[in-house]
Amino acid sequence: MAYVVQRPELTLKEKAYLPSIISGLKITFGHFKKMLKGETKVTMQYPEEKWDAELPEYYRGAPTLVKDEHDRERCVACQLCEFICPPRAITITPEEIPADSRFAKVEKRPAEFKIDMIRCIYCGMCEEVCPEQAIYLRKDYAINGVTREEMVHDKKKLYELGGVFKGLVHKWNPEK
Amino acid sequence: MSTATATPVQMVNVQIDGVWMQFPKGTRVIEACKQAAKLVPHYCYHPKLSSPGNCRMCLIEMGTPKMTPDRKPVIGADGKPEIGWIPRPQISCAQDVSEGMGVRTNSPMVQECRKGVMEFLLINHPLDCPICDQAGECKLQEFSVEHGNANSRFLERKVKKPKSVELGPRVTLDAERCILCTRCIRFMQEVAHDDVLGIVDRGSFNSIACHPDRKLDHNYSLNTVDICPVGALTSTDFRFKMRVWFLKEAATIDTNCGTGSNITVGSREGKIYRITPRENDAVNGPWMPDSHRLNFKYVADERRIAAPIVRPQLSEFAPNWQQTINLAAERLKKNAGRVAILASARATNEELFLVSRLAKAVGAVVVDVLPRTREPDGMLIASDRNPNTTGAKLLGVATGKLADIAAGIRDGRITALIALGEDATKAGLTADDLAKLDAIVAMDILPNATTAAAHVVLPASAPFEKRGSMINLKGRLQRLNKAVPAPGDAHDDWEILRDLILAVSGSNGLHSIEDVFKAMSAEVQEFAGNTLSRIGDLGLDIAAQPQNTP
Repeated sequence: MAYVVQRPELTLKEKAYLPSIISGLKITFGHFKKMLKGETKVTMQYPEEKWDAELPEYYRGAPTLVKDEHDRERCVACQLCEFICPPRAITITPEEIPADSRFAKVEKRPAEFKIDMIRCIYCGMCEEVCPEQAIYLRKDYAINGVTREEMVHDKKKLYELGGVFKGLVHKWNPEK
Repeated sequence: MSTATATPVQMVNVQIDGVWMQFPKGTRVIEACKQAAKLVPHYCYHPKLSSPGNCRMCLIEMGTPKMTPDRKPVIGADGKPEIGWIPRPQISCAQDVSEGMGVRTNSPMVQECRKGVMEFLLINHPLDCPICDQAGECKLQEFSVEHGNANSRFLERKVKKPKSVELGPRVTLDAERCILCTRCIRFMQEVAHDDVLGIVDRGSFNSIACHPDRKLDHNYSLNTVDICPVGALTSTDFRFKMRVWFLKEAATIDTNCGTGSNITVGSREGKIYRITPRENDAVNGPWMPDSHRLNFKYVADERRIAAPIVRPQLSEFAPNWQQTINLAAERLKKNAGRVAILASARATNEELFLVSRLAKAVGAVVVDVLPRTREPDGMLIASDRNPNTTGAKLLGVATGKLADIAAGIRDGRITALIALGEDATKAGLTADDLAKLDAIVAMDILPNATTAAAHVVLPASAPFEKRGSMINLKGRLQRLNKAVPAPGDAHDDWEILRDLILAVSGSNGLHSIEDVFKAMSAEVQEFAGNTLSRIGDLGLDIAAQPQNTP
């Protein structure tokens, strides 16, 4: 259904147009002056300078695997992240933990865990679905390489990036 | 045939959730509810086993007709008998339907019962769904979502029980996950007749165990894994290999013996992970032998022939299919009238039909299949280990003249051999016999003595990689379905045979496996009127087709 858009009532000054231009230019020249004096800085010289210190807590960088405080792989190779991953970037090969291992009671772990970082879209579904709180999107964002193989993060690389997570994060805790 | 059921089945009226229905006398209440599309959740009940009624999950509200003092049913306002409801719930798995019975499958009391039973079952159940192989097809998970509580009220310590216990060579037990439904115990008693399982210890320490001097090593032991409603019994072979929700399932048949058990093949990205029986009461029921279900590793064997081989080699490059087929045809034409064909009763009807055509085209002297007879087990393993002997006989490929091949080669009547999926050295031929031949064309999936000596090797497909039909020993026509693709440049067997016939004798107008079946049904009376799709997943009895309908 058609309806009439109410036009704003313009004052004479607004209708004249030029005063607005002048006030705009005033602001522009103000900044220009400050820049010449070196009071403000606009361009960040990446990669020499980085935002890393200011990245927010919830920043979603590259997915990584973490170990717990006893140096146990938290991942039990349930393959839920592989299932949920929208671009199918994750490939897990599960294996049984040998009986002589310290963590034999956990029974299962990934023999290999690969994330294809060319495919990864940093959506964070893997982190959300993980029942063991083993996969986290950390703050690494500059993922690059010259071959496709290099861009596939294997288990070693993922633990290297992930490091150790102490205690439970209680991501399901509604209070948090 | 019709006189066998001369006594009419007595039907009884049962009211299920307010709707009156009729069921044959002797139907269990749980089955009646299932037929009425009111699925009653259950763990211990299995239609093929006895009902101990111990899981209490199938509780329902039940009633019998109200009676007047002179034992006449009270008729309600709607003209139907009024039901006197029993105030406490009943288990539906150990109760037969009776006249005028009333059942409520979803009343508030029933819902409350299910919730309570679920809470009890989960008291000592560990929360290891992320590593449990049953996750995804676990009845405990399913009913927990449907009928359970979101939060646990159990604050005490859970009972610890043995985990990953090797019950036998193929079955692993996790006693903590067990809900003590005793399906496995009853299976071993009633179906396998090898009573090795039982319950030990008392109270909450109850757990399934094997007899201390025995192992669960019966050849049907993996069926206990199938019927285990939770992840207590898991297959050692499949343990931690792949999550079930990734598996693509194909309905096909077992090709290890003449029984032709119906199976489901679970594969992911072209790799087979497990085989489970598929229920078909006319063939195997819900069971199958372990030896047959674990026989799939050869499909992914790294020695699989993946490209055509020609000897002597033409060039440093592998020959393409057309070149290979032409070379084979050339050699066969040269020896026309002196060709023997060693076919396989492991081949499908379509392939065997094409074999008989090929035999005509090349003027074969002898055509036969390699018989495979071993001791039957009295259950589902037939003595004939070929899955399609009936089909081979029907299509005139099984002639019983196997000995003629060796004799013919020795007296010079046979100078060329086509070995289709069989090793000729197992059919009485020696390496010397093979060396005498002017042409050996071998079609196979794995290298053997014949493919090593062959002039042309045609890489074929395994039974899990092709479509077609087979007839089991009881004359049931069943369908084979493709679960995984064939490796490399291997072709479907029927396509190879079609191309060979084409190269030897010219066009035959067969473009798909359906065409082959059509051609076969036009020529062979037993197949008349059927198509590959009409066979369906459960097969057709073609031997039992009515000869003279009364």
